[in-house]
Amino acid sequence: MLNELEKVQSEAAVSISQAFTEKELSDTRVRILGKKGSLTQLLKRLGTLPETDRREIGKRANQVKEDLEKKIAVALLQIQERERTEALEREKIDVTLPGRRIPVGNRHPLTQILDEIIDIFSRLGFEVVEGPEVELDYYNFEALNIPKGHPAREMQATFFFSEDVVLRTHTSPVQVRTMEKKRPPVRVICPGAVYRCDSDPTHSPMFHQVEGLLVDKGITFADLKGVLTIFVHQMFGKETRLRFRPSFFPFTEPSAEIDIECFICGGKGCGVCSNTGWLEILGSGMVDPAVYQFVNYNPEEVTGFAFGMGIERIAMLKFGINDIRPFFTNDLRFLKQF
Amino acid sequence: MKVSLNWLKDYVEIRISVKELIHLLTMAGLEVEEATSVGEGFEKVVVAEILSIRRHPNADRLSLVEAKTHQGTFPIVCGATNIQEGQKVPLALAGARLPNGMEIKRSKIRGVISEGMLCSEIELGLGQDASGILILPSHVPTGIDLGEALGLKDTLLDISITPNRPDCLCVIGIAREIAALTHQRVKYPVPVLSDRGEHIHQKTSVTVLDQDLCPRYVARMIEEVKIGPSPRWMRDRLEKVGIRSISNVVDVTNYVMMEYGQPLHAFDFELLEEGRIVVRRARLGEEFVTLDGVKRRLDEEMLMICDGVKPIAIAGVMGGLNSEIKENTQSVLLESAYFNPAGNRSTSKKLGLETEAAYRFGRGIDYGGCLSAANRATQLIQELAGGRVVEGIVDIYPVPIKPNPIYLSVKKIHQVLGKEVSAKQVKGYLKDLELEVQEQDDDALMVIPPTFRGDLEREIDLIEEVARLDGYENIPITIPQGPPSSEGRSKEFVMERKVVDTLIYHGYHEVITYSFTSPTSSDILGFPPNDPRRQYLRILNPLTEDFSVMRTTLLPGLMETVRYNVSRKNSNLKLFELKKVFLPQGGEKLPEEVKFLAGVAMGFDRDPHWGFSQRPVDFYDIKGCVEDLFDALQIKEAKFNKAEDNPYLHPGKASRVILNQEVVGILGEVHPRVLGHYEVQERVYLFEMDFSKMVKWAGGERRFQSLPKFPAVYRDLSVVVDQALEAERVMETIRNFPQPFIEGVTLFDIYQGPPIPEGKKGVSYRIRYQAKDRTLTDEEVNQYHEKILSRLKEVFQLDLRQ
Repeated sequence: MLNELEKVQSEAAVSISQAFTEKELSDTRVRILGKKGSLTQLLKRLGTLPETDRREIGKRANQVKEDLEKKIAVALLQIQERERTEALEREKIDVTLPGRRIPVGNRHPLTQILDEIIDIFSRLGFEVVEGPEVELDYYNFEALNIPKGHPAREMQATFFFSEDVVLRTHTSPVQVRTMEKKRPPVRVICPGAVYRCDSDPTHSPMFHQVEGLLVDKGITFADLKGVLTIFVHQMFGKETRLRFRPSFFPFTEPSAEIDIECFICGGKGCGVCSNTGWLEILGSGMVDPAVYQFVNYNPEEVTGFAFGMGIERIAMLKFGINDIRPFFTNDLRFLKQF
Repeated sequence: MKVSLNWLKDYVEIRISVKELIHLLTMAGLEVEEATSVGEGFEKVVVAEILSIRRHPNADRLSLVEAKTHQGTFPIVCGATNIQEGQKVPLALAGARLPNGMEIKRSKIRGVISEGMLCSEIELGLGQDASGILILPSHVPTGIDLGEALGLKDTLLDISITPNRPDCLCVIGIAREIAALTHQRVKYPVPVLSDRGEHIHQKTSVTVLDQDLCPRYVARMIEEVKIGPSPRWMRDRLEKVGIRSISNVVDVTNYVMMEYGQPLHAFDFELLEEGRIVVRRARLGEEFVTLDGVKRRLDEEMLMICDGVKPIAIAGVMGGLNSEIKENTQSVLLESAYFNPAGNRSTSKKLGLETEAAYRFGRGIDYGGCLSAANRATQLIQELAGGRVVEGIVDIYPVPIKPNPIYLSVKKIHQVLGKEVSAKQVKGYLKDLELEVQEQDDDALMVIPPTFRGDLEREIDLIEEVARLDGYENIPITIPQGPPSSEGRSKEFVMERKVVDTLIYHGYHEVITYSFTSPTSSDILGFPPNDPRRQYLRILNPLTEDFSVMRTTLLPGLMETVRYNVSRKNSNLKLFELKKVFLPQGGEKLPEEVKFLAGVAMGFDRDPHWGFSQRPVDFYDIKGCVEDLFDALQIKEAKFNKAEDNPYLHPGKASRVILNQEVVGILGEVHPRVLGHYEVQERVYLFEMDFSKMVKWAGGERRFQSLPKFPAVYRDLSVVVDQALEAERVMETIRNFPQPFIEGVTLFDIYQGPPIPEGKKGVSYRIRYQAKDRTLTDEEVNQYHEKILSRLKEVFQLDLRQ
């Protein structure tokens, strides 16, 4: 009997190891451990053995059964593992094929720059306000201390609708409109389109500016420097060197132009910065007391500063564009680059 | 303004490098835009002495010159005839490159070696004289560089002068700034005149009839002058700053204008009828021929300089042909006047004559400087043209102008700048600028600006001067105290970003087009005659007719953009613009400016891709986009009604967009007639909406709704209806069916073709039934579903599809 047991065990082990699929293994299992299986048959005969042998052989038979069951379990895992591996192998794809992307659009490069500027000044507590683009001469010039016949008017070639209605030549009139509506403290930025009758590679008859105004008690030129230094560092990087240079605007005094070190040549001088090493990016100044008179603010009580910048100029510098016209012809191949 | 460094050095010492000077001026508000070195490129052109001249053995017209420099003696072949032994001449040695591009080489000319070339003025780019070799003064050392010998080495600074600083439109003005910045005093020229003989009052008279336009008129006379060319130094200086040399007398007037900033005019006195000057306004319609030979029509606001009979110059703008200095002029009447800046600007603008003189008068010159400029010019004329200075000077200045004193509080400087500057420093800066300063008390200074600083009128003007001289870079950097704006972002601003985000996810690229358009775009789009969009705001001075009116719709700009892109083969387009249109309002000066949102789509939905099938965009792409926009803005009630009468859309593919009974926009396929105008063959879809109205109806905050506790039951419904029946009508009937459990209905299939009969279509809806308090049973649902079906049958006479 023991011999028979050994024989069943060794034959069973062989057929388990030969089973290739789950089906074959399960068939094998039936042949060994099923109702009519070889081991089951053998175990049925245990009862016919004498008491003394039965105990010993019974123990051995159980060991064989456990051993075979374990072998089947292991074989099953192996078969499953192999089959999974084979299945995965069959599903192999070309990972270098381009993926399925959603064709999204984007914002115009000018709006992207504008959004960046708005976000910086929003963090500094400025509110966004807008004003009309078709504007009264009064707001565009008069109330900004540019009376009729002032030479500064000639520097801003103006589109007219009538003697006293113009296309605004800058966003500065929004300063006056804001101060008319609101008592200090005032902290606003005013983005928008402006117009001048010029047209060449660096001048567009329509372009965009952002104006800023901060009026409160005790505001100084040092504050102007502080706010605009933060702006430049956030817009152009915190290592950017900048300088405040005296200039002239009819509605600010003292006035300052802000230059940043040319990032094309690193200040050595190149074509972009006209060999000066500096790029002009902002006009600014303390609000001229004459302007306060137009809006009934008391220049003895409040001071403030204003600034303005051209969006196209900043976009051209940041993106390395040397012609202003593509911004308005909107070639898709141009738009997609930003 | 262009200024020569050598010229500046006549009045102020410059001990710093050009680079430092540029920085100094720029940081004081005189922005140096460009610095150019001139007089270079003469490295291999040296001063040589002619030792001997012999005939060329093989050519009659050439001579053999032995020229000596510091490096030795060179044989030179030369064709000129004006040379003599012992003269100093410019010699270009082998390797020199002349300004006209000629490269000098050692060469053999008719069998004789020539080591270089003797040069004429024209070859050196120094003038127009080509008649012979340039003969240099005998005192010039042999062997030195020609540029050095002629004093040609110079730096030209191009300085941008802001409109408030007309005093800097001259060399002395810039020298004054350098002096102030380097704590020096300007060395003003001191003209010494020997005037004699009959007094000027016996020779001529000046009558100023319009003092408002001519507050001061100074005149001097010089007789027996000899008109001729100016010496080289004068021509050089003028030419460097861009002024063409004409004759000695005329050059002097220009030279002194560049030097003092005082425009001068020289008249040929013998051509003045009655030998006198009358300053008066022109008569209406009066005509006058200016120096440039152009006949000008004048009006009553223009100031004229006249003789006893007729006009001889447009005051401060341009002289006349009838009195100009000619070769045979002998007596010169020199005018040095102060004309009213505004009057001058208006005249110059009306005539379109922007001269150097008008530019300066128009910005305001130094009314206190008329005399010294006249004297300086008189001295130079005598030096250059000889003659006799008539004794005395005419100075018509009935109401002398005096600058007003300005009070300056030192504390105020601190308040404005955020930096303390001591009274002593302030006084120092102002005195450096030639301002008169008197101390009133510890804080207050009384300041009198000089006559050349008309821009200094108020305390703030002086504060700016202090800031400028103290240096903006020395002002500290601080952060403003006080509260940030509490307004936050406007609803419009927030909605704008939501809308833009949605469009971008739909694949739309933002464009920006001009706000002005062509009035013909109304005709192209086919607006009816009474359409309010034909009411344009018209620009009086447009760049071109194509940009002559303010747009009342965004569509022409977008369609032009489509045309532009299609012509460049960008034919899969999705573009949008969110910008203002301008709607005139009767009776109001300003139009209503309303933000509109418009988009166009054409071509395929995507580029060809192995993993997608390309699909042409159509009406429902653009509609879906609009629906998503409303979704983003929390607008639920949008309705789409067909718009067969729209002039620029396909009559069968156009829809009005309606919010709460108000039309807010339009969408559809562009009419082929319109496409033809824009030279586009492919189908284009567009939408345009009044963004302000979208914002008006945009929803507020989102509120959470608790999730359903019981499952929904879905039932499909397939019906066959007339092809023309609008799907929305069936949907609406289902939605409005009076029972509480219909929670939603979607249209998920449309089918035409067999077995559906011709003229009919099969439409399938899926209805979601749901109760809040229990799970609906199949029987219940079936019952409701049957009721809906019979209701639909009743309303639409439709068949159930099997």
